[in-house]
Amino acid sequence: MKKILVCTLLVLAMSASAFGAAFKIGGTGPLTGGAAIYGNAAKNGAEIAVAEINAMGGDVQFELRYEDDTHDAEKAVNAYNALKDWGMQISLGSVTSKPAEATAAENFADRIFALTPSASSAAVTEGKDNVFQMCFVDPNQGSASAQYIADKGLAKKVAVIWKNDDVYSKGIRDTFVEKAPSLGLEVVSETTFADGNDNDFSVQLTDAQTKGAELVFLPMYYQPASLILAQAQAMSYAPKWFGVDGMDGILTMEGFDKSLAEGVMLLTPFNADAKDERTQNFVKKYQEKHGEVPNQFAADGYDCVYAYYQALTQAKATPDMDAATLCAKMIEQFTTMTFNGVTGENVRWSANGEVTKDPKGMVIKDGAYVGLD
Amino acid sequence: MTMRRLINLKRVEARRIYLTYAVVIAAYVICQVMSSTGFLSSSMRGMLVPICAYMVMAVSLNLVVGILGELSLGHAGFMSVGAFSGVAAAFLMQGVIPFAPVRLALAMAVAAVFAAVAGFLIGIPVLRLKGDYLAIVTLAFGEIIKSILNNFYLGVDSQGLHFSMLTDTTRLLKGGKLIIRGPMGISGIQKIATFPAGFILLMIALMIVFNLVNSRSGRAFMAIRDDRIAAESIGLDITKYKMMAFVMSAALAGSAGALFAMNYSTIVANKFDFNTSILILVFVVLGGQGNMLGSIIAAAVLTILPEKLREFSEYRMLLYAVILIVMMLATNNAEIKNFLAGLNPFRRKEEAE
Repeated sequence: MKKILVCTLLVLAMSASAFGAAFKIGGTGPLTGGAAIYGNAAKNGAEIAVAEINAMGGDVQFELRYEDDTHDAEKAVNAYNALKDWGMQISLGSVTSKPAEATAAENFADRIFALTPSASSAAVTEGKDNVFQMCFVDPNQGSASAQYIADKGLAKKVAVIWKNDDVYSKGIRDTFVEKAPSLGLEVVSETTFADGNDNDFSVQLTDAQTKGAELVFLPMYYQPASLILAQAQAMSYAPKWFGVDGMDGILTMEGFDKSLAEGVMLLTPFNADAKDERTQNFVKKYQEKHGEVPNQFAADGYDCVYAYYQALTQAKATPDMDAATLCAKMIEQFTTMTFNGVTGENVRWSANGEVTKDPKGMVIKDGAYVGLD
Repeated sequence: MTMRRLINLKRVEARRIYLTYAVVIAAYVICQVMSSTGFLSSSMRGMLVPICAYMVMAVSLNLVVGILGELSLGHAGFMSVGAFSGVAAAFLMQGVIPFAPVRLALAMAVAAVFAAVAGFLIGIPVLRLKGDYLAIVTLAFGEIIKSILNNFYLGVDSQGLHFSMLTDTTRLLKGGKLIIRGPMGISGIQKIATFPAGFILLMIALMIVFNLVNSRSGRAFMAIRDDRIAAESIGLDITKYKMMAFVMSAALAGSAGALFAMNYSTIVANKFDFNTSILILVFVVLGGQGNMLGSIIAAAVLTILPEKLREFSEYRMLLYAVILIVMMLATNNAEIKNFLAGLNPFRRKEEAE
C-alpha cells in the first residue's frame, strides 16, 4: 500500500517537474519520534491535496517535500536548510510549535513565505510579516474553550491538569485560567506534570475529585490524556472531560481502549463527520490511503496546500518566479483573501499571520468523533 | 608564555598540539572560503555554528572524562545554564552595546561565569564521589538543572530584573519583557552567533585545555586518573584538582551553550536533556579519551552525518546507529589504528628519526 503511494507520488512529482512548471513546497515536521503522529498526519494531508491539484492539471502544479525535524528546533533548522538546497519556493513552516519558531525566523530572514499547518504558539508569527498559521494560536484555544464551556453550561467547577514543561500546554492553560472567572467558571483544582513524571496521575485526579470538579480541562497532547482517562476510570472518577486539538489522535493511538474516551469533548476546527462534500471526499481519500480517519493535523496540511493553490492562482504566479517575488505576492493574497477549507468556512488572516475561523465542539461517541452542535 | 611552555614539552606531545591547531585553522579557512564562494550548501552553512558549539562541548567534556578520568553524564546541564544566562545577558545588553560581536563575546563570558558557578556548586557534593556513583549523580544534576530552568521565569522592566519560580509572579510593569518563560524557554532571540565567533571560542577552549593539561595541574589530573591512592599518598589535593577540572569544563560548556543558543531564535531547557549529554559523551568516546583532535573530528562527523543521511528518510537513524557501531569498532581496531597513524606525517617523521 505504502509502496504504491510512494510510486504514485514519485510519478506525480516527476511528471510535474518534467514540465518544469511546478511550485516547490517544502515543510518540516516530526516524522519520527514521540510527536511523529502529528508530522506524518500533516504530511499525508498535504500529499493528498498535492496529488488532487496535480491531477486536475491546471496552471498551478506542486512538488512537495517533507523533511524530518524530530520535534527539535536545531534539527528543524537543518531540515529547513536541506529544503532550501532542494530549491523550496514556498514553505509549510514546521508542524510543531518550537521548531516552527526557529524555522519561522529563517523564513523571515530568507524571504520565503510560510504557512504552517499546526504550529500554534503566538511566537511563531510574532514580528514576521511572511509567516502565517492555518490553526488557531494557543492563547485563542484557551479562551475559546472557556467560552464554549460557559456558553453550553457544561460545568461550573473546573479542574485543570496541564504539562508545565510544554509550550503548547502552558499557552492554553494561561488564557483559560485567565478567562474562566469572568465567565462564571471556578477553577477549583490546578495540577501539573512534566516530562519524566507523566505516568502516574493519581495525585492530580484525587485533587480534582476531592475539590468537586465537574469538568476536567486537559490542555495537552493525547498520550498523557489517555493515561489520565484510564487512571480516572480505575479510581471510578467520572467527570466531564474537555480537551483541545492536541487530544485529536487519541482514537488512533495504538493499544488505547476507545471506550475510555467515550464522552470526551474537545474543541477542534476539524470534524471528520461533517457532511459537506469537501470533508467527505478528503476523509474518504485519506482512509483509502492510510487506513485511518484523518485528524486535525492532516486537515490542516490539506487546507494549507489548497490555500496556496487559491492564492497562487489569484496572484497569477508562475513557478519560474523566485522565492522573494512569490513571498511578496503571497503576503498580498493572504491578507486579503477568504478561504474555504475542511477546517473552516470563511477563513481569513490578519496581517500578523493569525487565522480567524470558528472552532467546532466535538464529542467522542461509540469510538468516533461527532459534532457537538 | 604559551610558546615557551610548548617548546619545553616533549616533541611528540607538542606536535600533537600543533597538529590540532593546524587542522582546526585549516578547516576554518576552507569552510570560510567555500562559504564565501558559494560552494557550501545552505544545509552545511547552517550547521557551522552548532558544530563549533559541539566541538567546544566535546573538548571540555574530554577534560573531565579523558584527562581527569571521571565520567560525567550531565554536561548538557552546564550547556543549558550557559545558554539561558548568555541569552538573557545578551538581551539586557542590547541597548547598551549595539555592536553584536562584542555583545556576543560578553554574553559568552557571562555564560561561562554562570556555568562555572553551577559547576562549583554541583562539584561540592559530586566530587566526594568516584566512579559509577559520580556518573550517576552528575546525571541527576543534569536533570535538576533542566527542571529548574523549566520552572524559572525572568523578566525585566523599568524597575529592574524580576524572577520567580514555578509560576510567573514577576508582575512586570508596562513595557517590561519576560525573557525566560519557564517551559516556553526563550523566544525571539537575536541570532548573533557567527562561525568566526565559534572558531575563536574553539581556539580559546583548545588553548585553555592544552595549557591546563601540560601544566603542573594537568599532570596532577592524570596522576589522579591513573592512580588515585598513589596521587593522594604524594600529597596531591584530590578534591582541589578535581574541582579545577570540573569548573573549567563547566565554564567552557557554558560558553558553548551561549554560542549554540544564539544561533537559533528560540531555545527550551528540554533541548539540553540526558540525550544531549550522551551525544557529547559519544563524541569524546569515539574521538578517543584524552584526544582533543579526535573529539573535534567526531563532533563534526556525528553532527553532519544524520543530515547527509536525509535521503534515506525513515531508515536514517537506523543507518546512523549502524555507522556509529562500525566506527566505534573500526577506531578500536589495532590494525586500522596503525594504518591511520602511518598516515600522520608528523608521526612518520618521528618514527624515522
